[in-house]
Amino acid sequence: MITKTDVNSKKQNQFEDEVEEGADLFENSQMLINIGPQHPATHGTLRMACRLNGETVVDSVCEIGYLHRAMEKLGEVKTYHKFIPYTDRLNYCSALQNNVAYVTTVEKLLGIEIPDRNIWIRTMVSEIARIIDHLICVGINAFDLGAMTFFLYGFHQREQAYTLIEQLCGSRLTTTYTRVGGLSGDLPDGFIPRLKEWLVELEATLKEMDKLLTTNRIWVDRTKGVGIMSADDALSYSMTGPCLRASNVNVDLRRDRPYLAYKSLEFDVPVAKGCDVYDRYLVRMREMHESVRILRQIAEKMPSGPIWADDKRVRIPEKERVHNSMESLIHHFKFFMEGFDVPPGEAYCPMEGPNGEVGFYIISKGGPKAYRMRIRAPSFFMFQPAPDMVRGQPIADVIAVIGSVNIIAGELDR
Amino acid sequence: MILDFPKEKVERIRARYSDAIESVETENTDAPIFFVKKERVLEFFKSIRTEEGLEYNFLSDLTAYDDNPPTASIVDYGLGFVAPESPGLGRFVMVYQLFSLHSMERIRVKVRVGDGEETPSVTPIWKAANWLEREVFDMYGIKFSGHPNLRRILLDDRWVGHPQRKDYPIKRYQRFEGSATIESLGMELDK
Repeated sequence: MITKTDVNSKKQNQFEDEVEEGADLFENSQMLINIGPQHPATHGTLRMACRLNGETVVDSVCEIGYLHRAMEKLGEVKTYHKFIPYTDRLNYCSALQNNVAYVTTVEKLLGIEIPDRNIWIRTMVSEIARIIDHLICVGINAFDLGAMTFFLYGFHQREQAYTLIEQLCGSRLTTTYTRVGGLSGDLPDGFIPRLKEWLVELEATLKEMDKLLTTNRIWVDRTKGVGIMSADDALSYSMTGPCLRASNVNVDLRRDRPYLAYKSLEFDVPVAKGCDVYDRYLVRMREMHESVRILRQIAEKMPSGPIWADDKRVRIPEKERVHNSMESLIHHFKFFMEGFDVPPGEAYCPMEGPNGEVGFYIISKGGPKAYRMRIRAPSFFMFQPAPDMVRGQPIADVIAVIGSVNIIAGELDR
Repeated sequence: MILDFPKEKVERIRARYSDAIESVETENTDAPIFFVKKERVLEFFKSIRTEEGLEYNFLSDLTAYDDNPPTASIVDYGLGFVAPESPGLGRFVMVYQLFSLHSMERIRVKVRVGDGEETPSVTPIWKAANWLEREVFDMYGIKFSGHPNLRRILLDDRWVGHPQRKDYPIKRYQRFEGSATIESLGMELDK
């Protein structure tokens, strides 16, 4: 806010009599700036309208819904199996994590026990998804503030990871890897050695990225003290994941409510006290190092055995038999056309996704379709406090804040 | 499905809040479900948030579902979409997923809301409820008393009907001319 006193210190104000002492000179000349829904720095279809005083944001308002595809309604009309591809389109940066979270909830409703190897593979793909998501988030955040080299270093490793995922399930972004009670396929030959090679490369790149940015004067000046979100506010806004941990709240569902194979893995949970954009970046960078550590342990401990649960209700017939026997063909047809019955009940299985708590709340009243399919998407909770985080800051920092909380429009609007 | 929650704690909550709780469900669910009376719900949340040993202070999620949809066939009057008469009280169920940052346990609180009825907004307790309740209003048409800014969030303001209701058909598209104006976001151009 520029007041009369500020102006007076530089030159004599000619309207001295008309303006009260200490009044805001630009009070009636505020400007409304619209950012989005199509803007290169929002990385998705979000819209923010900011009211500016000079270049300071006085107030702002968010609008969402541009990518709304009625996912929750579709969940009520598709069979449980047919909904798996839709989960890819939520957070498309970490589709694997959504796949895992969804099928785990359905399995909980069915009461199916999953074999060890399957659990470890699912843990592995969740961690790969976390690394990809974090690389994107810190990369884009830095890119928006002008650090292009950093972004491209990360993107190269991200492409390498997608190549690994492609070997796993045949597609890069929209994976649809998991099945209820199993997986679309076992690990291909030589996957674990290739994963280890990638981890070596990734760790070297992470160190280089660290050197490029973490102590970089320009980066630190642009991000320290920007987008402050205190611990109390973050909890009140139900923020989760790295953004909550950057606000000095030590919660990680992987450690506090262990699921999958996290109980037998060793890792630290990075927490920072700054509550700002810089600390969100730091937490994400350190989490990637922890994910590398977890993936190394998984590569060592990966058990052998079946990947499918021993349950006739959900077992997809082998392709070999479908092509050669009439009974299996009928079974295959009925399985995919009619789906399997899920007993009445309800379950909510949240997991620590890259962005925060991601979970599906499914209510079943029997039959092959869900009665209610609620998707708890972390981005929705991250975008809501954005006006609070940017209030009183320059317009350029809005871009830094939006980038730091990693809003993915796919899961924001569902 | 196995209940992932200590049984004695369910009894403790039931006894402590016996005047607010209507019923408790522990079968076929992973977290205990407490049906709370609509008029006592704010008081219940405020108390269970800080109660020693319970401390369910984190609103993990807030949603609703159409538990008791009208069974009669759908009536369409051409322009908009008009649902037939509702079967009376308790058509919708509000669901609050609470999480304790102390014991890392989850409970699920449910509140029955009739068609056209209002339920208290929990925005004074959790700021996150603002957008969540707007979404519930958008999708189900449940109104929240005391909400600071209750309008549609995901759909256009010109939308007719509430799509997540069970009597709303899956393929009822609505197209609009032009996009939403900046005034509709609650910002005036000249200030």
